[in-house]
Amino acid sequence: MKFPYSEIVLEHFRHPRNVGQIEDADGKATEGSPSCGDMVSVYIKVDSDKKTISDIKFESYGCASNIATGSIITELAKGKTIDEAKKINWKTASEALGGLPKIKAHCSVLAVEGLRSAIQNYEERHGLVREKKPTTEEEIHKRLRKVMNPLSGLDIERTNLVKAVQLRNGIVHVAIDLPPEHQFSNSIREEVREKIEPLWDIQEVIVDFTS
Amino acid sequence: MGKEDLIRKRIYFDNSAATRMDERVLEAMNPYFFKNYAVATSEFAYSEGIDAREALDDLRSVLAASLGANSGEFIFTSGDTESSNLALKGIALALSKKKGNHIITSKIEDFPVLYSARAIEKQGFHVTYLKVDGDGFVDLDQLKDAITDKTILVSIQHANQEIGTIQDIEQIGHICKEKDVLFHSDATHAFTRIPLDVSQIPVDLVTVSGHTIHGPKGIGGLYIRKGTPITKWMDGGFQEFDMRPGLENIPGAAGFAKAVELATSEEILRLQAMRDRIIDRVLAEIPNTTLNGHRWKRLPQNANITFHFVEGESITLHLDMNGYAVSTGSACFSRSLESSHVIMGIGGDHERAHGSIRFTFGRYNTMSEVEDIVGTLGAIVKELRTISPLGKERTKATT
Repeated sequence: MKFPYSEIVLEHFRHPRNVGQIEDADGKATEGSPSCGDMVSVYIKVDSDKKTISDIKFESYGCASNIATGSIITELAKGKTIDEAKKINWKTASEALGGLPKIKAHCSVLAVEGLRSAIQNYEERHGLVREKKPTTEEEIHKRLRKVMNPLSGLDIERTNLVKAVQLRNGIVHVAIDLPPEHQFSNSIREEVREKIEPLWDIQEVIVDFTS
Repeated sequence: MGKEDLIRKRIYFDNSAATRMDERVLEAMNPYFFKNYAVATSEFAYSEGIDAREALDDLRSVLAASLGANSGEFIFTSGDTESSNLALKGIALALSKKKGNHIITSKIEDFPVLYSARAIEKQGFHVTYLKVDGDGFVDLDQLKDAITDKTILVSIQHANQEIGTIQDIEQIGHICKEKDVLFHSDATHAFTRIPLDVSQIPVDLVTVSGHTIHGPKGIGGLYIRKGTPITKWMDGGFQEFDMRPGLENIPGAAGFAKAVELATSEEILRLQAMRDRIIDRVLAEIPNTTLNGHRWKRLPQNANITFHFVEGESITLHLDMNGYAVSTGSACFSRSLESSHVIMGIGGDHERAHGSIRFTFGRYNTMSEVEDIVGTLGAIVKELRTISPLGKERTKATT
């Protein structure tokens, strides 16, 4: 039989590690939503003396690459210090899984973000809360680095798909260098909105395809 | 789900994607590969050409007769994609200057019709994409209201590729006839499964294909009612009544004709029994499931069910590892990363599309295969739901 995934991905898909919730989690986060497709919840327990992740669990409503990435990041993060765990990125996870299909990058990046957000949630709840700064165009560019370009498996910033970003009175305009009828236009639009809309001072996100 | 499971027999429930060709179809094609491989356009050069011409005429008669048409009203194409492209673009080319520039179709058409309509739209045409109701039916009053004096064509499928819903093409045909508008129907999935007689139903163009009926891939056809204004769309030779240039695919046509002859009404009943069994058992035995499409007015070979709180590609991959081939409307499965436009079109949300699985049956499936998959499905869905953050707290599921 042939599968579109590596042996390691299939192994984690069939037997995902650390599945479930942690009742008294120190940090927890859910990334994605049923409307964007996949969804991942990550729960962490932190050893406050050693500043290490003593326990971690995840849940996934997603495809094979989403489930497998959720599983691998729990294995990678368990026992690591908070600072080490923060460094786990999509590339680390993808390499540990023996590679992922490019088109599946956006499904798997969610799990990595779930881990980051759970850590952020832990920090916010434990006196490391950052103040509410007004959003800058720089921050928007930073968030766009989390939006995948399914053509390459890299984000839309690095692949130069973002032509312009404009922020005025809480309204964000993002110009993407693809034709409106492109196969991935709709999914990129959804993902851009997904990443930027949650910012506290953003009212509207308009994505234009101008190629 | 161990290694031993990987080597068990394969069970194929994706017959709307492609069917296993019948051996008798191959037998019917064989002589046109090895014995008489001449093309019909050589009829004035040598006798093999005459034989080819006669064979093609006979095969055309079989296809035309299966639709209640005359043999001059059926042309062979490379499949349903080409047929629907010719229907929409050919009519648009023929009538835009003479009559108007408005076309009506539905939101849940298959891609050949949908994207032909979009291509025509880019050329300056107006296209109305009719909404459908929760079962996938086009509203006939909405259709009537949408027709204007600029409307040149209505294209509504006979039955849906994903959810199997059968449109009332007889009524649609009458509405179009009354308003003097041409009517095209994509019957790719309904052909030989749901009777269609163009001498009784006022439809002007019908798309059919061999790949869905245990015939060969790469052969299809378009019924064009006599007198229909249509302009050739591809350029080349004068084949197929100067409507479709290109070498005649006589082996394909022979296979297609044989496939039509082999499709029987008994087979429809067999397919329907499998469809009804899987729907009844899954809805009764697996909680949180929804049938997509109408319970009865659906293709005999089609069942489409959403398994809530889980994602379709995960289900298909698990089923695959257990020996079953099915398909899903999940965005994760599609090359465009978009949820099924059909499930979204019937008012479903992303979640409903995400967990939808299509089972389509064919000649080589048996009832015991249907009985077998239900237990496997139940176990897979249960397992995936333990991983899923949805479903346990129903409040989350509605966000």
